Amino acid sequence: MSNIITDETIEYVSILAKLDLSEEEREQAKKDMGSMLDYIDKLNELNTQGVEPMSHIFPVNNVFREDVLENGDDRDNLLSNAPQKKDGCYKVPKTVE
Amino acid sequence: MKQYEMVIGLEVHVELATKTKIFCSCTTQFGGSPNTHTCPVCTGMPGSLPVLNKQVVEYAMAVGIATNCDITRYSKFDRKNYFYPDNPQNYQISQLYLPICRNGYVEIETQSGTKKIGIHEIHMEEDAGKLIHDEWEDCTLVDYNRSGVPLIEIVSEPDLRSAQEVITYLEKLRLLIQYLGASDCKLNEGSMRADVNLSIRPVGAQEYGTRTEMKNLNSFKAISRAIEAEKLRQIELIEEGKTVIQETRRWDDNKEYSYAMRSKEDAQDYRYFPDPDLAPVVVTQEWVDSILNRQPEFRDAKIKRYIEDFKIPEYDAQIITSSKHLADIFEETVELSGQPKEASNWIMVETMHILKVREMEPEKVSFSPSNLAKLIKLIESGKINRTVAKEVFEVIFDKDMDPEKYVEENGLIMESDEGALKEIIQKIVDANPKSVEDFHGGKEKALGFLVGQAMKETKGKANPALINKILKEILMH
Amino acid sequence: MDIMSLTALEMGRKIKNKEIGVVEAAKAALDRSEALESIVHGFVTLDGEGAIRSAQRIQKLIDEGTLTGPLAGVPMAVKDNICTKGLLTTCSSKILYNFVPPYSAQAVLNMEKAGAVIIGKTNMDEFAMGSTTETSAYGVTRNPWNMDHVPGGSSGGSCAVVASEEVSYSLGSDTGGSIRQPSSFCGVTGIKPTYGTVSRYGLIAYGSSLDQIGPVAKNVSDCTAILEAVASFDKKDSTSVLRENYDFSSALVDDVKGMKIGIPRDYFGQGLDEDVKAAVMAAASILEQKGAIVEEFDLSLTEYAIPAYYVIASAEASSNLARFDGVKYGYRAPEFEGLHEMYKKSRSQGFGAEVKRRIMLGSFVLSSGYYDAYYLKALRTKALIKEAFDKAFAKYDIILGPVAPSTAPRLGESLTDPIKMYLGDIYTIAVNLAGLPAISLPCGRDKKGLPIGLQLIGDCFKENNIIRAAYSFEQTREYERPEIAKEERR
Repeated sequence: MSNIITDETIEYVSILAKLDLSEEEREQAKKDMGSMLDYIDKLNELNTQGVEPMSHIFPVNNVFREDVLENGDDRDNLLSNAPQKKDGCYKVPKTVE
Repeated sequence: MKQYEMVIGLEVHVELATKTKIFCSCTTQFGGSPNTHTCPVCTGMPGSLPVLNKQVVEYAMAVGIATNCDITRYSKFDRKNYFYPDNPQNYQISQLYLPICRNGYVEIETQSGTKKIGIHEIHMEEDAGKLIHDEWEDCTLVDYNRSGVPLIEIVSEPDLRSAQEVITYLEKLRLLIQYLGASDCKLNEGSMRADVNLSIRPVGAQEYGTRTEMKNLNSFKAISRAIEAEKLRQIELIEEGKTVIQETRRWDDNKEYSYAMRSKEDAQDYRYFPDPDLAPVVVTQEWVDSILNRQPEFRDAKIKRYIEDFKIPEYDAQIITSSKHLADIFEETVELSGQPKEASNWIMVETMHILKVREMEPEKVSFSPSNLAKLIKLIESGKINRTVAKEVFEVIFDKDMDPEKYVEENGLIMESDEGALKEIIQKIVDANPKSVEDFHGGKEKALGFLVGQAMKETKGKANPALINKILKEILMH
Repeated sequence: MDIMSLTALEMGRKIKNKEIGVVEAAKAALDRSEALESIVHGFVTLDGEGAIRSAQRIQKLIDEGTLTGPLAGVPMAVKDNICTKGLLTTCSSKILYNFVPPYSAQAVLNMEKAGAVIIGKTNMDEFAMGSTTETSAYGVTRNPWNMDHVPGGSSGGSCAVVASEEVSYSLGSDTGGSIRQPSSFCGVTGIKPTYGTVSRYGLIAYGSSLDQIGPVAKNVSDCTAILEAVASFDKKDSTSVLRENYDFSSALVDDVKGMKIGIPRDYFGQGLDEDVKAAVMAAASILEQKGAIVEEFDLSLTEYAIPAYYVIASAEASSNLARFDGVKYGYRAPEFEGLHEMYKKSRSQGFGAEVKRRIMLGSFVLSSGYYDAYYLKALRTKALIKEAFDKAFAKYDIILGPVAPSTAPRLGESLTDPIKMYLGDIYTIAVNLAGLPAISLPCGRDKKGLPIGLQLIGDCFKENNIIRAAYSFEQTREYERPEIAKEERR
């Protein structure tokens, strides 16, 4: 394996991804990510110099809506899936210390 | 001690005055019960997709043109990924790689003359929801009414050197944007917010020091205080041989103190990438031209026109145009009343007086020009005198009352019935023989006293000129 | 007569002619599902009551003459990553175990307008990440042709319930082959339309730039009718494309004379099962006998499609799946201390291993320092792949090849080696990167008796070319039903 994924990398990526991996998952993730990156490194065989990265497949531009009000109050419907709610709000653990 | 100078760059967020949000057709109206201005898109429901509001692009371009920016011909939206509950998708749709405007500047007046402040870029993005901290249950409540309200972020170059320059620059931006109608720029409602990037360096140095970013600045005063405090904090660190850490700090204006916002869970790696759900924005020259043609008359042009067309002093023109809102009221009042001088007086004297006493922002003025115009006409036609007019104006200012109705209902129409007045004045003359004597003895002051008595008797609504005339007639007889 | 053995269009005709009632059809589908689900397990949710209710409503509309479409009243199923208002939509993930969407996907609204009776939501790989339907949090779906084998994925449920005749047709979604490969494994027909043809509004995103909803049915005619019903230009989806025409039925012509068909040599190399190769080549020669001009050529870049795909799809997924955090909907961990622990625990407990694997990879390739080397490199590769297809379509009307290197693997065989599993998508993935339409239809069976799929790929917006070729080929063989579908209703 040419891509060695360190504990620090896994720790860092799991902070970004908000995932809490068990010791076992962590080891597996190191292996998986290493071998995936080895595989992905195959792309380096390709000379892509001067090739524009293609994020959108079709040259469709300027897709707009007009500034017209269409939506009304749909709170109860939208809140119906909230794990916890209070006073018409989504309730979460406190965000400030 | 060494002399230090500050190097300041600003990131100014401005909420645009569109009717609907940037990516869905929910209202942008301020306030409202929590989550009543939301839909699947702005609450990040699975499967929902954003569609760009065209007006957002037009406002952003208008601000870019007004700040001498290049308009990017091929611009895209990127996702900024970070977890926080005010951000329902856990990514904010913003622009990193290809923002809509770049390389502009605005000019500000400083003690040492005109100075150009560079605009690095202006990009479009969505606002986040509001977090309400519930003291009772020790939890946080999330309201997504603001989620998806369109913002532009105006990023300046690090060209500012003092708190005064920062305030001047912000005032300039605010006026410009208000004139464009692109935002009301209310700091207290959060429709204009500034983050301050600040570093210090010894005077004369070329290199920049390490900067910090200060957030949560809700007023010009807070901005000034935060800048001064951060300057001192950084100087102290350096003088003590310590280093400034590049970090984001939150300003607490009550404690006049800032603290670092870092935590282990904030990696500050936003993993920006082009949003696959949104199409690129392509701007043609025709589109730029059409925005350019629709640009409004800005402040300098207004001042010139007021002086030339309305013949009002430059000082007055400057005060009135210092708020687009006041200028709008003024111009419409002139239009309706045909009396620029009068209209200007009511704004310069009475309006400014009330604003000062009540510590109000000019933007809060809510009376309609038509009522002020009616008031001016009531005076012009002699139906009320100036004393009454001042009283009526306060009612207009507070309740936007129709002055014609008000004076009618309160019996404030000027007493111009000569017969009735004569009777009143005769009584006053009879009751004040001493004053009559003094008058005849050459004491002009006595006349003033008698006029005052008559005004008092008529509860201020008599025509003062008429009182003078009648009084003199009686006394000379 | 077992009415579930009918094709969707046959059933639609009988409903129109009052030979079958809509409620009767819905009940037949529900009975059959009830009988077979314990074996096949193609559904996450069956909605008997809802189905009967909408059947009654639709019968009325048909009787009034307001609903006249060819699919009116026909019972169908929807993949569980497509939002259905008021009906549980889980993406086969624990993290959405209780999510009842407050709105319906545009694709669902379009099908309802066409008179579809939704029987339930079909099982899939969790968040469409997988090729076997084994990553579902709600148990595996079995291949109706052999219960020891997987149905393929990620639309495994959608394909299995059509093969087992629990419903007449279904909707699936295809990000890297997720309609075509399970269609191939289950012996049914599926179309991945040109990107932008079917609205993605309400499709729970995996890889937004690659995802497309498409039909799964017993034959090409059914798929074409479904495609006509489900395709639309949608203002709510900025990537929706207003097409010049939405008429696909006119391509149902048994004639391929002069049609130029390219066979990429790259698709017939190492790793391709001999039985699959033989069946696909046989299909090519049938089309040739019918007058098509068949030619081999080098498509090139085939081996780069998979790594490019995994970078792009994982990157988009890492961002798309960030919204599942226990705040607004779905699973929230029962115990946690503070906000960040709530996020981490909810997500770690709510997502399965394959989803976590891709989120981790996606977060990594976008992270600072790696964006250029991985993400932009993949987008550049995508541009080259698109170019290669453009070149091919300058010469050929369609490209013909296998759907997958092998037939359906045995249950439990694939997940141990992710890269090997990913390699199974080698013939389908490039189509998504290039936004192309493609169809998968049965072309034979292997020695074990498992179905083999033929893939026909068209240029963008040229669905009609692949429909015509597929229809012509289909005329040369009988539709094959698995034994389980032939058994009497229990």
